[in-house]
Amino acid sequence: MEPFVRIKGVAAPLPIDNVDTDAIIPSRETQSVARTGYGEKLFANWRYAPGTRDRNADFVLNQAPFDSACILVAARNFGCGSSREAAVWALSQFGIRCVIAESFGTIFRNNCVRNGLLPIIMPLATVELLLDQLQDQAQDPIISVDLDAQTIHGPDGAEYPFQIGALEREMLLNGADEIDLTLQKRHLIEAFRQQDRARRPWVYQDMPELARTMEKVR
Amino acid sequence: MQSGPISLVEKLWNAHKVADLGDDTALLHIDRLFLHERSGGRMLQGVASSGRPVYDPSMVIGTVDHIIDTDPGRTDRTKFPGGPEFIKQFRDGAAAAGVGVFDIDHPYQGIVHVIAPELGIAQPGMTLVCGDSHTCTMGGIGALAWGIGITQGEHVLSTQCLAVKKPRLMRVAFEGTLLPGVTAKDMILYLISQYGARGGEGAAIEFCGSAIRDLSCEARMTLCNMAVEFGAWTGVVAPDEKTIAFMRDRPFSPQQDYNQAAEAWWLTLHSDEGAVFDHDIRIDASAIAPQVTWGTSSEQSMGIGGTIPDPGGIIDPVAKASAEKALRYTGVVPGEPIAGLPIEAAFIGSCTNSRIEDLRAAAGILRGRHIAKGVKAICVPGSTPVKRQAEAEGLDRIFVESGFEWREAGCSLCFYAGGDSFGDARRVISSTNRNFENRQGVGVRSHLASPLTVAASAIAGHIADPRDYPVQ
Repeated sequence: MEPFVRIKGVAAPLPIDNVDTDAIIPSRETQSVARTGYGEKLFANWRYAPGTRDRNADFVLNQAPFDSACILVAARNFGCGSSREAAVWALSQFGIRCVIAESFGTIFRNNCVRNGLLPIIMPLATVELLLDQLQDQAQDPIISVDLDAQTIHGPDGAEYPFQIGALEREMLLNGADEIDLTLQKRHLIEAFRQQDRARRPWVYQDMPELARTMEKVR
Repeated sequence: MQSGPISLVEKLWNAHKVADLGDDTALLHIDRLFLHERSGGRMLQGVASSGRPVYDPSMVIGTVDHIIDTDPGRTDRTKFPGGPEFIKQFRDGAAAAGVGVFDIDHPYQGIVHVIAPELGIAQPGMTLVCGDSHTCTMGGIGALAWGIGITQGEHVLSTQCLAVKKPRLMRVAFEGTLLPGVTAKDMILYLISQYGARGGEGAAIEFCGSAIRDLSCEARMTLCNMAVEFGAWTGVVAPDEKTIAFMRDRPFSPQQDYNQAAEAWWLTLHSDEGAVFDHDIRIDASAIAPQVTWGTSSEQSMGIGGTIPDPGGIIDPVAKASAEKALRYTGVVPGEPIAGLPIEAAFIGSCTNSRIEDLRAAAGILRGRHIAKGVKAICVPGSTPVKRQAEAEGLDRIFVESGFEWREAGCSLCFYAGGDSFGDARRVISSTNRNFENRQGVGVRSHLASPLTVAASAIAGHIADPRDYPVQ
């Protein structure tokens, strides 16, 4: 996973609540098991005229300079809905490395931090101020994000601190592989399972074996 | 260990805690991982290409539900373009890993969240995850169950554990008695309409109260199914005698030797008197009317007797713009009643409302009646066992005689993936869980409601109050 330390660049405003992962990547756009090629599919229903790849000039990511955005500022409950990880892949592969919002869908947020995409939670007043500034053509729509310092700087240079869990921060800063970290605790997993098997033996009954037994009943 | 009274979710948490990772995060043991052909193949392929073994394939099980067709006589060739590639990747990956799959022709095939409890694979007190956001459904039988992405699925396959940050604890008590014609679906839509689609943000919610105790296990699963639409991490109902009865004699229920011990443990899984929650919500169940959504978020729900709200009164500019966007998409008019809005299609199915009780309830309204001319109506049982049970009870004939299509089990038109569609229909009343823009088809406007309301509306040809269609 690509580490995230700090970035500075164009931030696109998306002042809508409850942007769901169906909007971020429609189901019909994921017709292959591939994990790449999602950048052009991002927000397909909003970005293109129905059934085409003709760009809808009204949509923010089709407008310069937002078409080269690396940050997205949304509102409440961004990424709610389906667990599809392709929503994060689509944002990343478009070039978005950070989303700032008042709140996030829980599964989407979990997927973000495991793909090097930083989700930042800010109070609604700050989010709405940033959205206003990004839509105000008098200033450049540039935001800088520093995960190490846990701060962002808005288009007017104002600094805002943000909170993120220490483990998630470390994972993003280092681009760490979570599976490797967990497998270092393999002895603890095995010890837990040994005790748990004595306590809850029914949980450890072999399902494929049972399934085969059931097969004979058919 | 904590001393003093603790909540149900904390008991489940403690029972699965392998290690403290700091930062309020624990490594939790995952008792069951469910896979399906939409994301399961990618998880298996990801692990295989990492060179790591699958930690414990006996705790992993799969089925096909998301991509396969639901038309009678279905095969591996799907209406969904690319379907065969997903199915093959999943089957091959599962076979290589030694993971059992209830495949397309298996008598146990069905929607993951429907078959897992009905087969007894999901059990009270278990931790369960699946690459599907509606995994929280199984909270209805007292399991700690939640949806994950592909990367976390690979983590579970490789370690049988997940690192999880301790959630906010929320208690939602529904007290009092539901009015006739009001269901668990109406309860959850009502809750979301009152507190917003992020009202349960990140929380583990315990649903409790007299109206919850009165619900069947199936109805509790409908309720917990949409905890994710409330923004929650998951929802759960404490197991009780109904849960014990529900779990008995299921194919994968604890075997004879363990049955008593399991049941005794399940009955300890409740919040202690005096347990502390971060947030408490109390709902008067008798105040809930049959619900129907008017917009593109589940929070845009209302009683069936009401009028479409006017966004003019919303002060916050983003909230106002969002409501106006939803109105533009759904094409409904503020101030007009929602009842009477013409519909072109009706859908009964999905992990929210496709269990046998749902089909019985809808059939009660459809019996002796016919759907309105021009309405495309489809019923998709949640699982092959549900379908067979319904057919044994003659429900299939009621659906077909009323004008509904009667399909094979699967997720079907809960979402549009580029294949199966409602044809030219643009306004759909649906027993599913998401009314998002384009969710059920490009330009399709979805109105979420209970199976009763869907059945009544299909007969009327417009959104209709199920209480006007008594069982005959």
